[in-house]
Amino acid sequence: MGKFWEKDWIKRLLKNKAAVVGLIIVLLLSFTAIFAPVLAPYDPIKDGSLQNRLKAPSSEHLLGTDKLGRDILSRIIFGARISVEIGVISVGLALIVGTLMGLTAGYYGGFLDSILMRIVDIILAFPSILLAIAITSVLGPSLNNAMIAVGIVMVPSFARVVRSTVLSLKEMEFVEAARAVGANDFTILFRHILPNSMAPIIVQGTMNIGTAILDAAGLSFLGLGAQPPTPEWGAMLVDARELLVKAPWVAFFPGLAIMLTVLGFNLLGDGLRDALDPRLKQ
Amino acid sequence: MVNYIVRRLLQLIPVLFGITFLTFMLIHFIPGDPVTVILGEHASPERAAELREQLGLNDPLYKQYLKFLNNLLHGDLGRSIITHEKVLKELATFFPATVELTLAAMFIATVVGIAAGVVAAVKQYSWFDNLSMLGALTGVSMPIFWLGLMLIYLFAQVLGWLPPSARLSIEYSVPTVTNLYLIDTLLAGNWAAFKDALAHLILPALALGTIPMSIIARMTRSSMLEVLRQDYIRTARAKGLGEAMVILKHALKNAFLPVLTVIGLQFGYLLGGAVMTETVFSWPGVGRYIYQAIMARDFPVVQGSITIIALIFVLINLIVDILYTVIDPRIRYQ
Repeated sequence: MGKFWEKDWIKRLLKNKAAVVGLIIVLLLSFTAIFAPVLAPYDPIKDGSLQNRLKAPSSEHLLGTDKLGRDILSRIIFGARISVEIGVISVGLALIVGTLMGLTAGYYGGFLDSILMRIVDIILAFPSILLAIAITSVLGPSLNNAMIAVGIVMVPSFARVVRSTVLSLKEMEFVEAARAVGANDFTILFRHILPNSMAPIIVQGTMNIGTAILDAAGLSFLGLGAQPPTPEWGAMLVDARELLVKAPWVAFFPGLAIMLTVLGFNLLGDGLRDALDPRLKQ
Repeated sequence: MVNYIVRRLLQLIPVLFGITFLTFMLIHFIPGDPVTVILGEHASPERAAELREQLGLNDPLYKQYLKFLNNLLHGDLGRSIITHEKVLKELATFFPATVELTLAAMFIATVVGIAAGVVAAVKQYSWFDNLSMLGALTGVSMPIFWLGLMLIYLFAQVLGWLPPSARLSIEYSVPTVTNLYLIDTLLAGNWAAFKDALAHLILPALALGTIPMSIIARMTRSSMLEVLRQDYIRTARAKGLGEAMVILKHALKNAFLPVLTVIGLQFGYLLGGAVMTETVFSWPGVGRYIYQAIMARDFPVVQGSITIIALIFVLINLIVDILYTVIDPRIRYQ
């Protein structure tokens, strides 16, 4: 993999049309999340008036209203904040824990490696969404617990990627040189090996943000994640099935928002992987 | 071959202990007192004591785990707090519906995924390639429950072509043999009921199969592209073999191994995805059973079902690993 601070990969990334589309979607999502209070035409939480319930899309409510008369567009705009929060927190959690596990397992090897990798195997022995469902059902339904659950099931992906990178890096001369000048394990791991493992971690992180948003939306849809009246996109679909005939827009737009966001992160993740590791593309 | 299988089985032992320990611990991770959480704060002390005894919470932790393992080995997953039925018995009732749904989803995913992947690779950079790969990427980005809702809206409500929920219309009843309705209806010779069961199966299977389909299509394409560049493909063409023969016999056969890995891995995803799909389509399978148990805080059911699904998942992965060695003998010697 290339080094992420070398600028060549940015040029390669920007030449990839699909990746640019992904980047634009991700930037739009971030913009919407930051400026949600300015962009949203209505209050996303407060119930609307009785006459405003289940209104079809119109010039007044571009994406229609839900069964409590709330403007769906405003709820989707505020939902972007929650999606960003889910992506950052759950992937951040998985990234920190997984990277530490991978660094330790790969660098020290032996018994520690066996133990850590068996833990990874055990987590991977469960279908991921099912494990996340089990964790949230135990911890109790809430957005925070959903983020923790999604984070836990993503730990193995980081641990494995980092471990395999460390295994190859620790044999390199620069690590040997650092050791020769008396650097301790901590310095070698965090100042020499970790910075050189950033490219695969970033690719994995980007890809996982999409998955995290998807899984958290699924948990909310099952009632295990964000609770009403939080405008989380998955939670917005909870009542949608009963309303499909009467008000299909209640189901359509939040799902579309999830799909586009996840697509954006997947496109960007694919592009980053190709840009940071040109060998893979061939 | 036998050595390889024995080695894989031995490697499985710590994982099996890990799975059972993790699922055993689930109930202990409940913040606060599990009995209060399950029964609510207003339950009588007698009922609380009874449940504490039923869940074995009075024993020390290691004893509880040993008892859990012992029961598991004897096929005892405990009893549902709500129905008081044995969890294993209930699982056995709901399992065939999930098997039928999962197999149908995998069938659609494999057939369409491989076909699309092969055509996309053969016609690289054509409109079909671009369109199918965009479709595949969209497919993996879609929330499965939303896709389900959209399919119900379009095909059941707007067009009225297919039923929106359940496994069979009320007017049909089929004698239960395998509890797989497609097979049972055929065994009964009831053609109309077969068509009805098939119609009920299509939408949920499509919803559940879309993500694996997309992943299989992408994997088949990239694997085929790699194989199509090999010398032996040029040789096959040079000796005058027809293009269909070159692609299907020489290329696809060699491109299949990574695709098989993906197919194996997707089974686990399908078992998890079944929770969403079955909830959306009111499909009476294990997924919906788990969902209802979670909503009712029926932890023995959640614990038992998840243990069984994880064990099945591990078993499927083992079978897939062994299948590799049949397809590609090189793996045995690694």
